[in-house]
Amino acid sequence: MSNVLEVKDLEITFDTYAGKVKAIRGVSFDLKKGETLAIVGESGSGKSVTTRSIMRLLSQNANVENGEILFNGEDLIKKSEKEMQGIRGKEIAMIFQDPMTSLNPTMTIGKQISEPIRLHQKLSKDDARKRALELLNLVGLPDAERRMKQYPHQFSGGQRQRIVIAIALACNPEVLIADEPTTALDVTIQAQILDLMKELQKKIATSIIFITHDLGVVANVADRVAVMYAGKIVEIGTVDEIFYNPQHPYTWGLISSMPTLEITETLYAIPGTPPDLLDPPKGDAFAPRNAFAMKIDTELEPPYFKVSETHLASTWLLHPDAPAVEPPPEIKARQKIYEEKFAPKYAKTQVKGGVN
Amino acid sequence: MENREKILEVKGLKQYFNKGTKNEVRAVDDVTFDIYKGETFGLVGESGSGKSTTGRSIIRLYDPTAGEIDFEGTKVHDITGKKDMLKFRREMQMIFQDPYASLNPKMKVRDIIAEGIDIHGLASSTEDRNQQVDDLLKTVGLNPDHASRYPHEFSGGQRQRIGIARALAVKPKFIIADEPISALDVSIQAQVVNLLMELQKTQNLTFLFIAHDLSMVKYISDRIGVMNTGKLLELAPADEVYNTPLHPYTESLLSAVPLPDPEYERNRVRTPYIPRESNGEPEELREISPGHFVYCRESDIAALKEKKANYKK
Repeated sequence: MSNVLEVKDLEITFDTYAGKVKAIRGVSFDLKKGETLAIVGESGSGKSVTTRSIMRLLSQNANVENGEILFNGEDLIKKSEKEMQGIRGKEIAMIFQDPMTSLNPTMTIGKQISEPIRLHQKLSKDDARKRALELLNLVGLPDAERRMKQYPHQFSGGQRQRIVIAIALACNPEVLIADEPTTALDVTIQAQILDLMKELQKKIATSIIFITHDLGVVANVADRVAVMYAGKIVEIGTVDEIFYNPQHPYTWGLISSMPTLEITETLYAIPGTPPDLLDPPKGDAFAPRNAFAMKIDTELEPPYFKVSETHLASTWLLHPDAPAVEPPPEIKARQKIYEEKFAPKYAKTQVKGGVN
Repeated sequence: MENREKILEVKGLKQYFNKGTKNEVRAVDDVTFDIYKGETFGLVGESGSGKSTTGRSIIRLYDPTAGEIDFEGTKVHDITGKKDMLKFRREMQMIFQDPYASLNPKMKVRDIIAEGIDIHGLASSTEDRNQQVDDLLKTVGLNPDHASRYPHEFSGGQRQRIGIARALAVKPKFIIADEPISALDVSIQAQVVNLLMELQKTQNLTFLFIAHDLSMVKYISDRIGVMNTGKLLELAPADEVYNTPLHPYTESLLSAVPLPDPEYERNRVRTPYIPRESNGEPEELREISPGHFVYCRESDIAALKEKKANYKK
């Protein structure tokens, strides 16, 4: 499969009164045509900054220190603002978390959906209106003809998110970035929106970057998963590899801290809080919270170790000289499922410690 | 279960807003349940289900339209007089959802936590007051040195701990936690939930835990009530709500929760909930098996009993 988007060695800092905050510290990933890549991580891990840099929507005090963002081979960082305006909303579109604030309260929704169509596709007012109607039917908004004339406050949260999706899809974008699109919604509405996004993705073959902190949602939508911590991707792999054969202790912690339906004993909690990125710790940034940390973790940043052709993890535990450690019980149970169900799929390339 | 001591009884609670007008909202419509001493009672539902309104009525932030709430045998809404009201406010405390909005940004953490201590005169001297705050900070896993800081200097999880310390300061018997973890990151949620459960054991507390995150509610609660459109639709021990749900709404809600398991997600079938049309037969909460109540018609009982029995196979 070809790569629509390639992010390479991205480094972003923010100027603040307290100093330079190193928000993104060397992020690389690619997005293949038609796939959904989920980026998970805690607040402040850099998942939103990464995607905003793709859209070139970073604030004034942000600096791209290094790296490139290749969209169909062209570096978005080098584009002028004018060129970006032709890409934004047309080739790369974005859905934001809060459907209440991402719509203009003083504009009818019909007009809001037609706007990008008229701007990017140079359609007449009437044709744009017809296309808007089509889109509203596509996202399953009932009685679309009448509701086009209504304002955002006349819709529920789930309906508003459907409208936002309609706007994002208006120009059949190649890449859709969804930043926590269901976090503000109830579970039953969330399930509807997730189903809708998957269905639309099949129809128009868009690649999706899906940002969320909800691992349940990730398991539902993702083909591949990138786990971010303190401005770095610490582990990336297929959804099965990340959920059933995670290698990084941070991923172990995240998965174990979700209550499963069987759990009765004390919930596993990752101790401590994420590091201050004004002054990131030397070595592995997760080391201070990591029960499995070794001496080298506090001295040297771990490289990416190849777990399989599709699975990379940045932890010294994968080094051939590292002692064998026992993952938490929840992870061991998952790895057993992996051995039984998924390992044959990835087995050929699975070498512990094959330095990338 | 029946011979355990009840700490709270909610009887036929109705909370209507804009009563009598065109915009009447029946936020809570005839809800009845009990909470036993020392247990965690989970109340789940989607936005607009009336779960938070129920919590707020219990702690007397609203005056109910009808029904009564008994806390340790006293009718909450009949309490008059400053002394009795103070006693009630001391015994029942609340932890709020938003750790950013629920702490006064102009107050130091020490004063936020000690506000209740001051109001109720629980400290004999300034040293005693400071000592109590230090102990509370330690209890919730914060450093006593943090007492002289302001809320903005803390992360979301730390702020929620401050909110918990403030609630504990007056040594309450009963705590209402309204979505206390939904604003927090996953790894921090587990920390706060473990803290709440530990406090319950060591301080002999009773919790009403209001949330929409069903997997967390299942984990923390002894019994769960499921609410939708102002009505309590199902009430049962936590395991039974999960493993043997009887009301179609509960089934629908459970089928919508995404779990961190790709295999499960691929095969998941959602059950939509279509509310039944009324046929004139009265619906109320009825006991299907010991401790398992479902909002239903009398004519439904036989079928529900069979459904419950079939789960066991």
